[in-house]
Amino acid sequence: MHETSAAPAVQHGPPTTFLRKHVFSTDHKVIGIQYYHLALVAVVTGMVLSWLMRIHLAWTNAAIPGLQVLSPNGAPSGVMTPEYYLQLMTMHATIMVFFVLTTAPFAAFGNYFLPIQTGAEDMPFPHFNMMSFWVTLTAFIVLITAFFVSDGPPLAGWTSYAPLSAIGKAAGPGQGAGQVIWATALGIFCIGQLLGALNFISTVLDMRCKGMTLNRLPYTAWAWFITSCMGLTAFAVLMPACILLILDHVAGTSFFVPSGLVINDQLIPHSGGSTLLWQHLFWFFGHPEVYIAIVPGLGIVSHVLVTNMRRPMLSTKAILYSMWALAFLSYMVYGHHMFVSGMNPYSSMAFSFPTLMITIPSTIVVLIWIGSLYGSKLRINTASLFALGFISMFVSGGVSGFFLAQPSIDIQLHATYFVVGHFHMVMGVAAMFGIFSGTYFWFPKMYGRMMNESLGRIHFWLTFVGTYCIFMPFHYLGWAGNVRRYAAFTDDYLKPLIPLHQFITVAALFTGAVQLIFLYNFIHSRLRGATAPANPWEGTSLEWIMPSPPPWNNFGGKDPVVYHDADQYGVMTPSGADYIMQDSPEMPITTASGD
Amino acid sequence: MGKLLAVTIIVIAILSAIPVIMHTWEPPADVSTHGKLIDDQMADTMIEAGVSFLAAQFLLAIFIWQFSSRRADAKPKTFPGGAKGLVIAAIVLVGVEVLALGAFGAKAWAQVYFTPPAVDAIPIQVQAGQFAFYFRYPGPDGKFGPLHPELINEGNQNLFGLDPEHDVDSRDDIVTAEMAIPVNKEIHLLMHSKDVSHSFFVPALRIHQDFVPGLDLSVHFTATQVGKYEIVCSQLCGLGHYNMRAYLEVMSQQDYEDWLKKQAAAQ
Repeated sequence: MHETSAAPAVQHGPPTTFLRKHVFSTDHKVIGIQYYHLALVAVVTGMVLSWLMRIHLAWTNAAIPGLQVLSPNGAPSGVMTPEYYLQLMTMHATIMVFFVLTTAPFAAFGNYFLPIQTGAEDMPFPHFNMMSFWVTLTAFIVLITAFFVSDGPPLAGWTSYAPLSAIGKAAGPGQGAGQVIWATALGIFCIGQLLGALNFISTVLDMRCKGMTLNRLPYTAWAWFITSCMGLTAFAVLMPACILLILDHVAGTSFFVPSGLVINDQLIPHSGGSTLLWQHLFWFFGHPEVYIAIVPGLGIVSHVLVTNMRRPMLSTKAILYSMWALAFLSYMVYGHHMFVSGMNPYSSMAFSFPTLMITIPSTIVVLIWIGSLYGSKLRINTASLFALGFISMFVSGGVSGFFLAQPSIDIQLHATYFVVGHFHMVMGVAAMFGIFSGTYFWFPKMYGRMMNESLGRIHFWLTFVGTYCIFMPFHYLGWAGNVRRYAAFTDDYLKPLIPLHQFITVAALFTGAVQLIFLYNFIHSRLRGATAPANPWEGTSLEWIMPSPPPWNNFGGKDPVVYHDADQYGVMTPSGADYIMQDSPEMPITTASGD
Repeated sequence: MGKLLAVTIIVIAILSAIPVIMHTWEPPADVSTHGKLIDDQMADTMIEAGVSFLAAQFLLAIFIWQFSSRRADAKPKTFPGGAKGLVIAAIVLVGVEVLALGAFGAKAWAQVYFTPPAVDAIPIQVQAGQFAFYFRYPGPDGKFGPLHPELINEGNQNLFGLDPEHDVDSRDDIVTAEMAIPVNKEIHLLMHSKDVSHSFFVPALRIHQDFVPGLDLSVHFTATQVGKYEIVCSQLCGLGHYNMRAYLEVMSQQDYEDWLKKQAAAQ
């Protein structure tokens, strides 16, 4: 790992107009905030959709006031039709996975803090960076237009398995224009992510300031770098897959549709395609995507924890190598989504092995976190509470992976609520806790004001308990064989489970409402919060050496020089502080143990 | 505040485990010959996952309790054994754990997928389509007539696209909307979809296999208890997905033969 010595070149001048400063900005910080705001809009949209879905699942025949106004076809007299349920489900998942879980922890925080943490003035390709946001926003708008086409959004789920997704409107409501819009939106989204990933990778490799060796990068910078490498390869597969899907709709091709299919007694005019091809392409993207959502969370939690534990991690390398191992293995495990898909059953064994192995790096990260807590001087604040909550959620969601990694058990649990519980906890809620932790931690830097700590803690407690009440019972439902993606539970063996669904719905409505506390805190603190100092948490990484918020050129035109890694906590210094900032030439008198 | 979090984590961990220990929610009782292996594998995994879950949550909670309110002048301590011990523990303990699970689990999987059906297994064809399953029995000649998708016509009840006029083998085929099988007799289920992906999931039989348009797939199983069980679709197939089901009736050999005759007469 070589040390870069070249000072970063000035990427662009100060913004001179309102448009260049706040709208079409090339400043990575503005772009990061734009991504964050997009994720906020997306998460509110996705959450409202989940509320509607949960109400329908618990009280299937209940009229939801006002829903008939929003969708006269989907909810005549306010009662949701089964197809409208599936359409909302598809949109909920697509919005959450792509525009929240990918956008907030990676694109938003990464854009804002990666150049700063590497000591750069900006990313190497600021115009590509600006483009990546506007392309992503376009993708979001295109996706939302699916609500406004005649038969609504697609109902094939976020996985959009062919041929349901490929044969057009004969397959069901939303499967014509809605599905094409969905594939178009995701194709556009991929372009934005590829541009972003290229920028992130170049920033880490080429833009580090003097003294910032790779070993001295904070956990978050590593996490965003690893995520970028995954994004570069994963989105490069999803994009052509989406293009092929669109061609099957509009150009008469048959990439995903075999011959001899009959719908409504009509032979579908396609031949020669492969249904499983879509699943292979989708999951080759889809499983790394799970890690694209969670690895930034691992970085954020490590970064927040090490600051609040006031001691170094037991091993930085163990965490970094584990993140790389997760990224590498994520490409070798995707077939575990397809154990009972009709894929060769020997392949299932081959995919099962690395899936079980991926438990090891995950366990290492968790044990290093827990082991590092031992003997620390843990500071409890909202950011660290969410980071600790992340660990608890990550463990709870992770252990259900033991079951799903095994093809024999998947026979019973495949496509049940057990899977829904697993991924919501391990990549949904855990990633959301990472986002919340990052928000409470970095808000002072991003907006120059402190968030209200009391409201933050109330938000944490209610969210922590609430999410467990929602997602732990999903596992019980799965054990009982409750199939997912059902608009109602009419089977004899499912009817006794409806009370549990009602409990989950109440918990979901409550936990969702709790998020209003966060929104209020976010907006109120943005306008009225106490002025933030440069380094409110006594952190060591480079974002804390600059004013809050930072100037347009980050370091005020100076080139920072780095002397230490970002783990210099729990040290004795001549100045009496228990930490040394990365750009401080000060040397510790004695250091806490760690490596 | 840290202590409150520690207590909350422990309470949540215990409350989460109680329904599992109490078997509050369980799959329908197994009625297959191979299901016990799957259930045993599930139980073993539950123990390993449960111990990992509780150990990690308790350890997290204990350390939060212990180290969240230390004095400002307290000295940092290092976990006994340091990172090396933890990394080795993760690799060895978890590695052995998952390898063992993988090795034992392979047995259950192999029994379902790597063993061929018995030569005298009863062949039954199942066709999935939006949003119903249909079944076909080969009739006295023991042969299925060929399928002609272009002839599928629900209006005149040609659900499989058979052409008995030209195909001799199709003439005695029996097509039904419900599935009946004899108890303790192996069934060789031949699966195809007429439109989109579906799945054949019988929770009580521990059988779960997707229908893949364009692929002919098969599974084999033996039911051990007379009774009526639900066959549900678990692969999202469209607006009526939630309502796509059929019943599997497991009968005595005599009842099965009577049922077949009755169905043949009704064709």
